Amino acid sequence: MSAVMPGTALPPVIAPDETPASVTRHVGGIVLHLPLGWRWMSGFAVALLLTTMLAAGVAWLLYEGVGIWGINIPVAWSFAITDYVWWIALGMGGTFVSAAMYVTRQPWRGAVNRLAESMTVFAVAVSGIFPILHLGRPWFFYWLFPYPDRMNVWPQWRSSLEWDFWAILAYLLVSIVFLYVGLIPDLATLRDRAASRGRAMVYGLLALGWRGEAQHWRRMESATLMLAGLSVPLVFSVHSMVALDFSEGLLPGWHSTIFPPFFIAGALFSGFAMVLVLAIPMRRLFGLQAYLRDRHIANVAKLMLAAGLWVDYSYAAEIFGAFYGMDRYEVAMQVHRFFGPYAWVFWSTMVFNVLQIQLLWFERIRRNHVAVFVIALGVLYGMWLERFMLIVTSLYADFLPSSWGMFYPTLWDIGFLAGSVGLFLALYLLFSRLLPVLSMHELRKLAHRHNGVAP
Amino acid sequence: MSPLDRLAQQVAEAARTVAPQRPPTFDAGAARRRLAAARGPVFWRSLEELSDDEGFRHWLRRQQPQLAETLAMDRRGFLKLLGASMALAGLAACSRPPQGEIVPFVQGQPGEAGGLPRFFATALPRHGYAQGVLVENHSGRPTKVEGNPRHPASLGATDIYAQAAILQLWDPDRSQAVMHGGTVATWDGFQAALLATAGRMRGNGGAGLRVLTGTVTSPTLSAQLDALLRRFPAARWHVHEPAGNVSGALGTTTRLHLERARVVLALDADFLLDPAAGVRYTRDFVATRSPERTGKNMSRLYAIEPTPSVTGGMADHHLALESYRLQAFARALAGRLGAGGDVAAAGAMEAVSARWLDALVQDLQAHRGASLVVVGTTQPAWMHALGHAMNQALGNVGHTVEYLDTVEKSPAPGGTLADLAAAMHAGTVDTLLALDANPVYDAPADLGFAAALRKVPHLLHLGLYRDETGRRAEWHVPQAHALESWGDARAFDGTASILQPLIAPLYDGRSAHEVLAALLGDEVRDTRALVRRQWQEALSDDADWAAALQAGFIEHTAAATRTTPRFATASELEAAADANAGNDDAQALELLFRPDPTIDDGRWANNGWLQELPKPLSKLTWDNAALVSPSLAGQRQLANGDMVALELDGRRLEVPVWIMPGQAARSVTLHLGYGRHAAGHVGDGQGFDAYLLRTSAAPWNASGLRLRKTGERYPLAGTQHHFDMEGRDLLRVGTLDDYLRDPAFATAGDRFPEPPPSLYPDRPRGEYAWAMSIDLGSCIGCGACTVACQAENNIPVVGKDQVRRGREMHWIRVDRYFEGGADDPRSYPQPVPCMMCEHAPCEVVCPVGATVHDSEGLNLQVYNRCVGTRFCSNNCPYKVRRFNFLQYADQASAALQAQRNPEVSVRRRGVMEKCTYCIQRIEGAHIEADKAGRRIRDGEVVTACQAVCPAQAIHFGDLNDPHSGVAQAKASSRNYAMLNELGTRPRTTYLARVRNPNPALGDEPA
Repeated sequence: MSAVMPGTALPPVIAPDETPASVTRHVGGIVLHLPLGWRWMSGFAVALLLTTMLAAGVAWLLYEGVGIWGINIPVAWSFAITDYVWWIALGMGGTFVSAAMYVTRQPWRGAVNRLAESMTVFAVAVSGIFPILHLGRPWFFYWLFPYPDRMNVWPQWRSSLEWDFWAILAYLLVSIVFLYVGLIPDLATLRDRAASRGRAMVYGLLALGWRGEAQHWRRMESATLMLAGLSVPLVFSVHSMVALDFSEGLLPGWHSTIFPPFFIAGALFSGFAMVLVLAIPMRRLFGLQAYLRDRHIANVAKLMLAAGLWVDYSYAAEIFGAFYGMDRYEVAMQVHRFFGPYAWVFWSTMVFNVLQIQLLWFERIRRNHVAVFVIALGVLYGMWLERFMLIVTSLYADFLPSSWGMFYPTLWDIGFLAGSVGLFLALYLLFSRLLPVLSMHELRKLAHRHNGVAP
Repeated sequence: MSPLDRLAQQVAEAARTVAPQRPPTFDAGAARRRLAAARGPVFWRSLEELSDDEGFRHWLRRQQPQLAETLAMDRRGFLKLLGASMALAGLAACSRPPQGEIVPFVQGQPGEAGGLPRFFATALPRHGYAQGVLVENHSGRPTKVEGNPRHPASLGATDIYAQAAILQLWDPDRSQAVMHGGTVATWDGFQAALLATAGRMRGNGGAGLRVLTGTVTSPTLSAQLDALLRRFPAARWHVHEPAGNVSGALGTTTRLHLERARVVLALDADFLLDPAAGVRYTRDFVATRSPERTGKNMSRLYAIEPTPSVTGGMADHHLALESYRLQAFARALAGRLGAGGDVAAAGAMEAVSARWLDALVQDLQAHRGASLVVVGTTQPAWMHALGHAMNQALGNVGHTVEYLDTVEKSPAPGGTLADLAAAMHAGTVDTLLALDANPVYDAPADLGFAAALRKVPHLLHLGLYRDETGRRAEWHVPQAHALESWGDARAFDGTASILQPLIAPLYDGRSAHEVLAALLGDEVRDTRALVRRQWQEALSDDADWAAALQAGFIEHTAAATRTTPRFATASELEAAADANAGNDDAQALELLFRPDPTIDDGRWANNGWLQELPKPLSKLTWDNAALVSPSLAGQRQLANGDMVALELDGRRLEVPVWIMPGQAARSVTLHLGYGRHAAGHVGDGQGFDAYLLRTSAAPWNASGLRLRKTGERYPLAGTQHHFDMEGRDLLRVGTLDDYLRDPAFATAGDRFPEPPPSLYPDRPRGEYAWAMSIDLGSCIGCGACTVACQAENNIPVVGKDQVRRGREMHWIRVDRYFEGGADDPRSYPQPVPCMMCEHAPCEVVCPVGATVHDSEGLNLQVYNRCVGTRFCSNNCPYKVRRFNFLQYADQASAALQAQRNPEVSVRRRGVMEKCTYCIQRIEGAHIEADKAGRRIRDGEVVTACQAVCPAQAIHFGDLNDPHSGVAQAKASSRNYAMLNELGTRPRTTYLARVRNPNPALGDEPA
């Protein structure tokens, strides 16, 4: 295969002067040699501070009860579930970039897949905190598990929450394995290049005796293909299950058949945004411009735009459905979204998820990384607001007007959200210094293919 | 408060100062224009939304709810409730059987198993008047009050106060020791002080001795007071009932026969909540409101009142008139009816009033002998005389109204609180004995009572609490609760009851009888012996005594009826009326004082159940507020929660306002009973003290009020925020004509006459199918069901802060919807318990199966299994589920543990709970039926809400039995299921309300 695909004028997916050796030197060096630096240190300090706040919040929550949040009757779900859906959706984009691109053999995937896979694992792990902590009695979360016991109690299989529990579990496990399998050759590289014996031991153990034999490569390739093949349907299943958590309810605004595809679109949308939000600063922080090229950023931005348009279509379909169906409660719910006390949430969602992403139609914008970063941040915010809107505006005013009631968050609601961001960042920053942020072996392959230099 | 909370609060305060909120202003003009433009029945929401002006829209858009209230969790109020009672550990062990033999309502079998509840009949006095009750007793602990079906004031139902009496009994804040000044003393010490008092008085015939009580109907106490006045002829007895009946002061008690009335006019009369007879009157009234039974002879109620009441809410026609305009109207009406009054006044009427006058005269006269004019207790004596004259002229006396010689004991002239205060100021009072009275708090402000007390050397106080008066007293003695003490009292119709104790006094409390016996030097000191001696003649036989105890009242003790009331003379009447006539300045505001709908005159302020019970019309809890009319709010730019300064006769009080639909334009209502500072942990510091503005000259309706907005805001805690039905058919109402034309009018417009099809079986095939029917035509919205349920099911009190956060725990709530314009809308209550859906949306979404269906159709909540996902609540379209967001149930105080129903689990933090149809009662009936090898009989299971309901609006039973009460109720053509279109197939259904408007007045809401 040539450096540039025949018949297209696309820029190369890797800088022309990169060789397999330079890839290893550069990417491996981030882990093995690069000093921590004030930027990493200060970022990690902030993340740790937020994580500490989350830990304090969790302790207080366990001591006092979920009443420390602003939830009430009728709005019995709010920030915690919003945060959960938001985080798990962020993982989706990562898996999709990595697995679907792998299955479809997209060459530019090599530079972003590690970043996306690790993001997935951490986002799903962080998201898992919320469904457990939002329980009134979190210490009994394992009751969702069908374990044998004397009283023959069993989970309730009609509840989407039960299926959601399984979906998250499966997804988290597959994501971890997927990430790990891809890491193995790189771990071996680190093992071989580690300066200290301790590091060599640790990486060596993790590398599972990888020697780079053709047999190893073949097995890894087929394992990756299988896992990728497994991950893609899981992306759809897990987010469909998240959607069914709501569609199963009969509330206006929840009870909707379009939710599963709608949620998948939203998940991809925010997932791509998160890839961009991570990749753009990482690229600068670790000097990865040679691998994460303008083309990568522009490609993900295009994907984000595409997913965004799919989301926007869902918005339109939902509103159309309400007024076409003329169900009294659906219409009232939509009118509340437009004009009610939470209208600012709706309109902000429209600005962030519908209007601003239209800028990405312009190549100039796509090539301006600051602009893309800002837009992606806006999408993340917009998608959080969208989930908040879906949850709260359906709950606060449902069937009996006598029971309508507002939700006001407490500082703890905000603290848990900020703390979860802190935890995610802390995990990610740690990862960036302990494991290669880009897939060295895939980049070597690209360098070899495109620049034709022997490893 | 924890440091974290403090930090959170500081940040929240900072956030508030950074983002100041502009409160929405309510434009009454705009609202009216919008309403005028609207077509069809207009239901509306909170007033700000009704107004729908651009400013409000703008505010809504700008408002970030996120920032509006990042309040730190105020755990103080909550902890106050919890820790109300730490001092009482081990108290349960102190309860013991009462002294003297008491007699259960139904005699238990010899050798009966322990642990089963037993019922004892007794009576609970309210404002001195007895309400017959049956008290459930678990192993010596009274836990629940039910009405006494045979007692004339109860007929099996009770009001909210009888329900809350249990919590009052077990209230850890009750006075627990005799106090001499600030130190703990003994009963013997107090008796010595009484002996010294008697010694001082012996020389001067008791000059300087004053006794103050509330209303007295107790024959024993009456006799003791008589003996006291005989022994000390110069002593004086004063009566002070802060929210009492003034008509009794005329020497005549009016006895209404609402069951015989076809047309009723209530002039500022809330007879359905009458303290003495409200429960009975409610039963009598709703008997005339069931179209199945009455057909076209359904009664019609007109209500004219300055401030909306529960009775006004039941009216077919409601007119909001300021007190002075109401009185002018009454005079004009009396004139037209040929009952004195002022014929000329009719000419000066406004158009609406004139239309009403014509319609009323016509309707009342068309039903001579079957009509009834009721004048409220808050109206002056001359208005009552006018009412009597109208009834006389309409030939109603002896039919719909009777007179009784007053049941209350009346003091000699000069026996008012004002007379007492004057004597105290004059320095002629040596010893004041206050028996169950709290004048330091609830005396009118103009009497300067607290100041006058400084001139009284000896204040002796007997009270349930060491309240404001108890703290000023030389001697304070804890009073035995009515459930702890022997006694007697009369009901509104004179029927006497013996009060028997259910438990020995928890804190060595004493009765008023004991105190007076000690003062009199009576050789009999024991309360039971005193009561027994009083009834020696009537109940000479021990068997009669036992029968009276068992029945809960004494046969043939009702007062004799008469057809002529003893009135003020006609000339006095005219003079009073004329003196009043000048007082109709259209620009002035009037201030109305009313007893609070839940904590009454303040004596229930420390009762968490009543504090948290939403007020029937405003749905506010834990506070009183100045109720203002929408038009006044529009004029003065007032929003709910704005602080205003009320000035009356130079006295000033700052209170928050609440915009009350149906309030007369120029009337401002302030409820009594709040703003206490020595009520206890629960009641202290809640609300605002209306007594500071009240005068003895105008105890109910005072003119010359000045109201000014201060710019401050005050947080009020309501349980309902939207009173508009949004055009949904949740609460269905039709007129009598609608009903007669199509008895099934309620379901005629249903889009889905049958619930949508389902794959699940329609109904489980159990032996029983429990179900409930609620008659909206009968429900008056008093809230007794809510308190009864709270008592029966160990429902915790959560406090104002948690109510503000939308976390109240009531299993059955009473919603209220308004229809029509804000100035004078119709209002409808709707009790909402669990609907026990056949296809319950809550069940399918629980991941652990903590809420399941049983074979008898009950939707069960398994607390032990619940992990607290709260999906069930989200998915409940009726929003009847309640969640323990925090540890609400007090697990620390022994007294409150002793109060609980042992048959109902106390729920812990983190679990969901909801109405169970009183499953413990169903199971009890199951056990009894199984033992006897028979089916459960209809009426054997009575839910707490059903039992307490004065209107008998709730039917419960087995649908599999076609003859059961509930099956018959559901067979009514008025039966409908709320939100039927969702396919939930609720077991709780409603009977549509039927109104009976007068065609002559038109049927558009004002």
